[in-house]
Amino acid sequence: MPTRVLVPSGVLGLGFDRAALARGVAGRPDVIAIDGGSTDSGPWSLGAGQSKYARAATKREWSLLMAARAAAGVPLVIGTAGTCGTDSAVDWMAGITAEIAAETGQRLRMARLYSSQPAERVVAALEAGRIAPLNPAPPIDAGRLRAMTNIVALAGVEQVQAALATGAEIVICGRTTDTAIIAALPLARGADAGAAWHGAKIAECGALCSTNPTSGVIQVDFDATGFTVEPLAEGARCTPHSVSAHMLYENADPFILHEPGGHLDVHGARYRALDDRRVRVEGSVWMPGPYTVKLEGAAIAGYQTTILAILRDARYVASARTWVARLTAFLTGLIADRMGLHPGTYALEFRLIGVDGTLGPLENRSGAPVEVGVLGLVTAETQDVAAEIGKLINPFVLHYPLTDDEDLPTFAFPYSPATTDRGPLYAFALNHVMHLDDPMAAFRMTVTEVGP
Amino acid sequence: MRLGDRVLKVRSKNAGPFWVTIDVFCGDAARFAEVAARLDTARVAALYGLAPDALRRFDIADLSVVKFSLPRPVVQGAPEDRDMHGAAWACLLEEAALD
Repeated sequence: MPTRVLVPSGVLGLGFDRAALARGVAGRPDVIAIDGGSTDSGPWSLGAGQSKYARAATKREWSLLMAARAAAGVPLVIGTAGTCGTDSAVDWMAGITAEIAAETGQRLRMARLYSSQPAERVVAALEAGRIAPLNPAPPIDAGRLRAMTNIVALAGVEQVQAALATGAEIVICGRTTDTAIIAALPLARGADAGAAWHGAKIAECGALCSTNPTSGVIQVDFDATGFTVEPLAEGARCTPHSVSAHMLYENADPFILHEPGGHLDVHGARYRALDDRRVRVEGSVWMPGPYTVKLEGAAIAGYQTTILAILRDARYVASARTWVARLTAFLTGLIADRMGLHPGTYALEFRLIGVDGTLGPLENRSGAPVEVGVLGLVTAETQDVAAEIGKLINPFVLHYPLTDDEDLPTFAFPYSPATTDRGPLYAFALNHVMHLDDPMAAFRMTVTEVGP
Repeated sequence: MRLGDRVLKVRSKNAGPFWVTIDVFCGDAARFAEVAARLDTARVAALYGLAPDALRRFDIADLSVVKFSLPRPVVQGAPEDRDMHGAAWACLLEEAALD
């Protein structure tokens, strides 16, 4: 029995083609699945346990998907809710769902799959030898694990299947692999495992596997021998090239994909055009292995205050590197004298935008920019200290001269105050997997009713 | 000649927080064969300050793509990171001389 999965977009919050979504609903899907997250924007979301997308965008798009779900009469699943998939993000998404249900008069059964990991569980697993590092992995120990603000485990299909098996109409998952929410139902209904995981990987970014990447909506049909992918926007096409090329995207290895309980190998995949918009794929292989789940964690690496000045005077622009080296040496002495702080207890770095702001020491080009942005980054153990250093250096970032015997220059500050307190600076602190005897051992689930 | 002048596109993206992956879309079989033969892995690694064996290389004839994956020179979002999405690393390869 084929299983049809409708994927409205690569992520909730960036929009999709509504006509294409309506076409998808008319095609009678068995489930609607969308990803809600990624680590791609950096560690802040996981560190803070918050969504990076606007609540207004999330709510509007989710209400459209809930309406599509009602019209199709099938479950709606979101993976990695709220960008990071922490318990707080799952509850944020559940709150939005309850609001929409109340406003639209829908009475719904909602399952929540929680992926956050208590530090003590991970500490116990580490001590039992059940945590393995991936390459490259930051060092971990009990103290570092306990200091992390959030740890999540990436659920696979088993946990999503358990949530679907509750009969829930809405399934809000914490951190899952991008593919698990798409592969779960086809696998539960007997689809070929290689095809299920490969099709899910192709579909996880929505229409990115087609010739019209921003249109969002695609559908995938899974069966016992392969899968067929079709974009639903007017004029969008999938070709063997557009589909196979998607395996390159954000993948270190374009042929192997590691998932809980094994890995996908697409070396033998054959891509065939069924017509000018649909592609059939067969020949991918699922290789079962030990049941491990990947862990992600974030820790506070300090607190930041930033300052931005712009050099426009041609002499300073031409001598920006010399100037910033001289300024840094002066400020290091000033901070030691006024605050008794020495490098190592804080960090002060200036980046020259227009010189090598993007690539730093790897930059191999040079030129003659019109102006140079000087971005100062202060990182300290508390926000108070970072802010105090920011205030201390502010007048010198504004006025510091290139030589001792010249009038004080004044550079351009784009706003007042010139310093910005950024709050905690988070860092990714885990690249490990955890062995589980039972896939649900590190996850929990609740089922509630929402709506009138 | 710069590599970017010979191929369709050079793209880099994070592959998770700890890796970056760079795809060279050559466009057709002839340019793929030429680029695959002339791109020296050790020289590519040097652009990113890495030893040659730190780089994974995939020559994918079916897609006319040469792909390099490398441990990020700085972990994504670390205090020293300058490019959260890793997209600018492609510029170094795109601008590199092909010989």
